[in-house]
Amino acid sequence: MRSYLALRRHPGLEWAGLALVAVALIALPWVLADIGTAWVRITNLAILYCFLALGLNIVVGFAGLLDLGYIAFYGVGAYVYALLASPQFGLHLPFWAILPLGAALACIFGVLLGAPTLKLRGDYLAIVTLGFGEIIRIFLNNLSSPFNLTNGPQGITLIDPFRIDGFSFATTQRVLGQTLSSPIKYYYFLLAVLLVVIVVNLRLQNSRIGRAWEAIREDEIAARAMGINTRNMKLLAYAMGASFGGVAGGMFSAMQGFISPESFVLVESIMVLSMVVLGGMGNVFGVVVGALLLSYVPEVLRYTVGPAQRAVFGRTLIDPEVFRMLLFGLALVLMMLFRPAGILPSALRKRELQAPTRE
Amino acid sequence: MAQRPDNRGAEHSAPIVDTFIQQLVNGITLGSVYAIVALGYTMVYGIIQLINFAHGEVVMIGAMVAYTVIAALVGAHLPLPPLAILVIATLCAIPACMAVGFTLERVAYRPLRNAPRLAPLITAIGLSIILQNLALIIWSRSPLPYPQIIDTVSYHLTPHANGATITNVQVGIIGLSIVMMGGLLLLVYRTKLGIAMRAVAQNSQVAGLMGIDINRVISLTFVIGSGLAAVAGVMDGTYYGVAHYQMGFILGLKAFSAAVLGGIGNLGGAMLGGLLLGVIEALGAGYVGDLTNLCHLSGWSSSLAQRCADDPHLAVFGSNYQDVFAFIVLILVLVFRPSGLLGERVADRA
Repeated sequence: MRSYLALRRHPGLEWAGLALVAVALIALPWVLADIGTAWVRITNLAILYCFLALGLNIVVGFAGLLDLGYIAFYGVGAYVYALLASPQFGLHLPFWAILPLGAALACIFGVLLGAPTLKLRGDYLAIVTLGFGEIIRIFLNNLSSPFNLTNGPQGITLIDPFRIDGFSFATTQRVLGQTLSSPIKYYYFLLAVLLVVIVVNLRLQNSRIGRAWEAIREDEIAARAMGINTRNMKLLAYAMGASFGGVAGGMFSAMQGFISPESFVLVESIMVLSMVVLGGMGNVFGVVVGALLLSYVPEVLRYTVGPAQRAVFGRTLIDPEVFRMLLFGLALVLMMLFRPAGILPSALRKRELQAPTRE
Repeated sequence: MAQRPDNRGAEHSAPIVDTFIQQLVNGITLGSVYAIVALGYTMVYGIIQLINFAHGEVVMIGAMVAYTVIAALVGAHLPLPPLAILVIATLCAIPACMAVGFTLERVAYRPLRNAPRLAPLITAIGLSIILQNLALIIWSRSPLPYPQIIDTVSYHLTPHANGATITNVQVGIIGLSIVMMGGLLLLVYRTKLGIAMRAVAQNSQVAGLMGIDINRVISLTFVIGSGLAAVAGVMDGTYYGVAHYQMGFILGLKAFSAAVLGGIGNLGGAMLGGLLLGVIEALGAGYVGDLTNLCHLSGWSSSLAQRCADDPHLAVFGSNYQDVFAFIVLILVLVFRPSGLLGERVADRA
């Protein structure tokens, strides 16, 4: 992956570049906070979407299984966190205990869902996951009676923020003469996790498991002939992707302090999928780029399209939200038609998607 | 569906048998709509082994176009009988949907016909989003109340005063579905186009060598499926009295489940699957509340008995879980009989 930077032969330059990027990333929230705290929050959400996209990339990009209900795992993680750290049941467990729990539960759901469908063709999996996403939403919406588990459509409020000893992520503090606001604290936390996740993904891709996934994606029968236990490997991809979603959900819960089933609708699944497809399925950096692009562009549009329309037509003709969805749809279609391997294609994926018929 | 001869009868004003027949009638009506939509999925799948994800959206467009036409005609106060208005609306919706279906195939599927399977699936999702949001822009975000131009007349099926009934709308939906299914079967099994379609489905390359214009046949398959979808959209709108830009999604999902239940790629299977799914759903939604009613367990716990005194319908799962049944059916079929009830083709591996 490093060859990307084409700096491999100049280790000094490479380190200098990395240092520059590091400084930029550390300085970023302060610059953004100057423009408006909203942009720091948007950046935090963008990083969360990076997690989601990277998790989905394991399933779609590495193993080639189309999952259209990915957001359900995010929802499971978010609700696990919300239920165990909010006044809903009066439980206030620490976040480092809940996040693994959420990941584990999401993982179990992933396996339960994948097991009956993985031996079938990919399109069935797509439909079943799509249905599963819908089912989870229906359950979240309705599990308020007879026993109030999820509080129905009202959602769960007053969710605990991350807290390490006395250090709460929700308050503004002065550290070393600088005002450290809540979004900035979360930013550094998320950034650190993101770096870990990216490294894990890169290592995973080049591991025995990653290569097995790639083999399954390219040709399942050949992969099985090579001695790969295809069913277990696919389940593993599924479970791993799901648990990434579960962790991201927990962080989302803590950051927002409020969740409701509205946050876990199909549109979100599609959005994450668009990020993976746009960036380049199977390419870790591509997926990150895709996630960042599709997180920021709609926000920029929100601030430009609405006012521009009002200036030109005198009123808002197309809601920025609708515009955003049209953009996603178009991105999916146009990318598949003209650049199926994504903005930053992974070498193998590129070959596969440009390959002539396999029939 | 076995009936449970327990203490339910007292709560219902209608006799148990009547309730059952009523759910059955509702289920068959619903199932007819599913069957028509499922035919669209199964035809496309049969011929190019592709799940046309945007098919549900075509149904939605049909319902929406018909809504606009009905509203315009009603607003114009023309001396037309209600049935004529409905027919005109349907006749406008059909070509609109056909155009959408044709465009879908042309833009999103044809260029990717030989691409790996993931690619057309993703374009289909993209198109589905585009269609939904275009519909949102054109027809607004809120649910549109379908003008109730047909006066609903209920016919009694049993001699009881408040027993099971069937409405004229239901009769119309079921009748029209049967006619359309018959027509489609005739088309597929008795015409030259039908022979061509079946040939392409079996082996498109060889069919091409036999002088069949494959592209034309595939296009026509999409067009016919979309025409059926248009009618299904009008039926759905008239039956439920409402149209919404997102209505196609869940309807499409259910119809797909129906197609899989019957055996995807098999016309008879789609019809059978649709009807079965409709009945399962209606009976499920009708009885799940009673079956999971916690008040049956009142004897076990005093706090439960107290809550049941306030609310005798304290159920774990109510009829708001209706949409879950299609999905459960889908999973069960995929686990136990992936080829579906009538499917000859076993779902390919990988």
